[in-house]
Amino acid sequence: MTEAAQKTIKPSEIDTKFKYEISKMHGGEKLMRCYQCGTCTSDCPIAKFSDTYRPRQIIRMTQLGLKDRVLKSDTLWLCASCFTCTDRCPQDVEVASVIRVLRNLAAEQGHIPQVFKEQCASILESGYAYKIPELRIKKRETSGLPPLPKGNSESIRKTLREVHLLKHMEKKGE
Amino acid sequence: MAESKYLMFLGCAIPYRVSAFEISSRKILEKLGIELVEMPEFNCCGLPLDPISHETMLILAARNLALAEQKGLNIITLCPGCAGTLKKVNRMLKEDKALRDEINCHLKEAGLEFKGTQNAKHFMQVLIEDVGLEKIKKSVVKPLTMIKVAEHNGCHILRPKEFIGFDDPEDPKTLKALIEATGTQCLDYLDETECCGAPSVGVNDKIALQLAKDKLNHMKMVDAEAMVTICPFCHIMYDTNELRIEKMFNETYGIPVLHYPQLLGLAQGMKPEELAFNELRVDVSKILAKVNAGGK
Repeated sequence: MTEAAQKTIKPSEIDTKFKYEISKMHGGEKLMRCYQCGTCTSDCPIAKFSDTYRPRQIIRMTQLGLKDRVLKSDTLWLCASCFTCTDRCPQDVEVASVIRVLRNLAAEQGHIPQVFKEQCASILESGYAYKIPELRIKKRETSGLPPLPKGNSESIRKTLREVHLLKHMEKKGE
Repeated sequence: MAESKYLMFLGCAIPYRVSAFEISSRKILEKLGIELVEMPEFNCCGLPLDPISHETMLILAARNLALAEQKGLNIITLCPGCAGTLKKVNRMLKEDKALRDEINCHLKEAGLEFKGTQNAKHFMQVLIEDVGLEKIKKSVVKPLTMIKVAEHNGCHILRPKEFIGFDDPEDPKTLKALIEATGTQCLDYLDETECCGAPSVGVNDKIALQLAKDKLNHMKMVDAEAMVTICPFCHIMYDTNELRIEKMFNETYGIPVLHYPQLLGLAQGMKPEELAFNELRVDVSKILAKVNAGGK
């Protein structure tokens, strides 16, 4: 993000409606309250070890309307969702949730890291985010554990039939 | 009001690779009089998909809650991520009628409806609120006064505070109290509430391992003989990666990573085999030898 944040801003790349769009979404409501104090970045465990991930910059770029820069950036996916920023923000901005809103929008544009595509496919198939190995399922009995809940993938798929993103992913054969 | 019967919610990580947590939890809950009811229809809590589709997360979580409502029982989860998600979605849907109606439209496709009549709790919250410290202390037959450990709460059991509403995220005390109830000494160390790094695995492994290494360093500084966790992801992060971190950063830790119910189970007189100690990767022989030798 640092690199994307340092490039000169051209008026043509500013989407003035972007901040309103984000503010209307669950978790993004308090975006405009941020006064750039930097508590989020200074307390962020990821920022401590990353040269590029700075939650404060992501929030500022979003306020400024630098939609493409934010949504196309790989650093957006570095947040660990620990919610330290959200809990400590003096302005009650749900920083981690704003980042989640931005990720959701990036996903709609087709930017989805592989790990999420795999988990999504697994949930639709079995109800679980990971493919549970047969060996593990069999071992439960010898360990004295009750059988693994079978899930109900048919019921899950029914409830998710109308989700926009998933339809989109299916169409693209992902 | 103290409850003693819950619907068991396993989530994904535990059946996938953390069965020691499940085995030991079931043992100690039984001993403490908490009855678990199985629910074959549960699915993933939804959290893993929140980053790409908030809507999907809401539907998956609401589906689980609606199933619990049909059974008329509250949910207990072993994974803090599942507990946090189910709690958050439960409250969002109870408070926001428009959102509830929207999500119920999706659930209707599978003949389900969210009404908002049940709750979800994490295992640790059940221990402290429903069982109570006194009863836990009374269940201890072999106080583990001979060992010193460091606790690791992890993030989702504490944050975001607004939805979890349990313990103090800046100065958490529950896990410490539960550890001390076994007679074990629980050490203070630097940055106790910091993230383990697990959520970054797969996106940026280097950052994830650095985070874990930082915590291991802080625990080593206070001479912790073991680490105690209550989250499957934190456990995987440390137990699976400790040897890798030692090699990568040229360090030695040798800090075994125990699930809290394993520690409590030992203090309740159970054998390490019953508590699936054999599934732990970091060598536990030193600490078990100390426990067996007894005394201080």
